[in-house]
Parts: sequence; C-alpha cells; structure tokens
Amino acid sequence: MAAIYSLYIINKSGGLIFYKDYGSAGRMDTNDSLRVASLWHSMHAISQQLSPIAGCSGIELLEADTFDLHCFQSLTGTKFFVVCEPGAQHMEGLLKYIYELYTDFVLKNPFYEMEMPIRCELFDINLAQAVQKDRVALLGR
Amino acid sequence: MFGLLFSLKSFTAKMDPTSADKGNLGVPQLPGQGCSFHSFRTNTYKLSFTETPSGIKIILVTHPRTGDLRDSLKYIYNLYVEYVVKNPLYSPGTPIRCELFNTSLDQYVRSIL
Repeated sequence: MAAIYSLYIINKSGGLIFYKDYGSAGRMDTNDSLRVASLWHSMHAISQQLSPIAGCSGIELLEADTFDLHCFQSLTGTKFFVVCEPGAQHMEGLLKYIYELYTDFVLKNPFYEMEMPIRCELFDINLAQAVQKDRVALLGR
Repeated sequence: MFGLLFSLKSFTAKMDPTSADKGNLGVPQLPGQGCSFHSFRTNTYKLSFTETPSGIKIILVTHPRTGDLRDSLKYIYNLYVEYVVKNPLYSPGTPIRCELFNTSLDQYVRSIL
C-alpha cells in the first residue's frame, strides 16, 4: 500500500502547476485538481488570518479521517503539499527535498516560465526516485 | 472561521484518497457523511474540530504542540448534552446561557491545560 497518495505544487496565486497521483482511489480529473488546489490556497490564507498570535504562516498539517496532508510553503509563496496515509512520518523532510528538486531542475531550467505548469523531464525522474526512496524507507521501518 | 471549516470539510471530502465515488467538490453532505477532518496545525496554533450527528460543531484552538484532543472534544460534547440539551429552559439553536455548563466547562478546560 502506498504511503503517499498524491503531490501538488501550487504557484503563489493559487494555480496548480504540478500534480502527481501515486495511487489514490478514483483519480481526480484536471478540473477537480485545479479547483482543489485553489481551494487549498485560500484555506491556507484564511488560516493565517485566524491565528490568535501574530506571525502565522498557514496550515502545515491537516489531519483528516482517512489521510494526512502536509503542506510546505516556500519563501516565494509556492506551496508544496502531499496527501499521505494518517500518521506517515518524515513528510516535512520529503517536502523540503522536493523543494530542493524544484529549485534545481525547474527554476534552473532556462526553458521554464515562472508560475507556469511544470513540464521538466529531469524533475519528474528525480521526483519519482525521491518518492520511491521514501517508500522504501517507510517499508523498512 | 465557519467558512474555513465548511470549506475544509468539502475539501477533505473531495480529497479522500480511499474512496472512488465522491461526487463533486462542494456537494452538500449530512454530518457524518463523507471524509471529514479532526484537526489542523499551523506554526502558531492548532485547531481541533468535531461535528456531532445533529450538526453541532465543537472547536478547540490550542498551542500547536498539543496532542490529540478528540477525547476532550467528546467530553465537551457530553457536557453540552448534559447541561444544555437537557436544560428545559434552553431552546435549540439559540446562544447557550447555562450557568452549569459554563462552570463545568471552565473546570474541565482548566483541568486539561
């Protein structure tokens, strides 16, 4: 059984620029994934406003009945989030690593236009490896 | 806040990776139907949430490092049933003004700190 169900990357204005499914039941179609992503963008923003203490940077972990959602926001406002099994560990590390891959293989790609959907082969390959490795690490435990 | 919780609920219902048949995003659902959530955490606070079958929502906002508060929410719901619902002077849907509920709630929340 997969530990990670799916990965989303949203740009700073809430548009979905990357979506990958790793075996959740009933794969989401393009329209739904776009809507879900922009919905998450707004939820993230509202949660910052609701904070009782100043300096809130939005939801990091959402625990639902059947999944956990870990979210990481980069300094430029790009959000990365993974949907995984409840109680999955080391997701912050994985997200940071995905961010690293994004800066290396997407941002440094001269053909990539900012805020546009990601279509970079090297990013795909390295991402697949990273997720695979994480899965192996989880299985070994 | 209600808007956030409402939208998060439709979000989790749509996101649910374990069921294939989920309907559209934002389709109205009865309490207990579809995949809901029990808490979310930011760097400054944690919000725990529960919804009862009658649609009452109980929310606790706490320090981000507090553990699972589902039992506490259930206990608070028990207090609500005991002291609010069973109060003959209370009419459902109106703001709660029951002294016994307030004092026992205060006592309980202070005890879990």
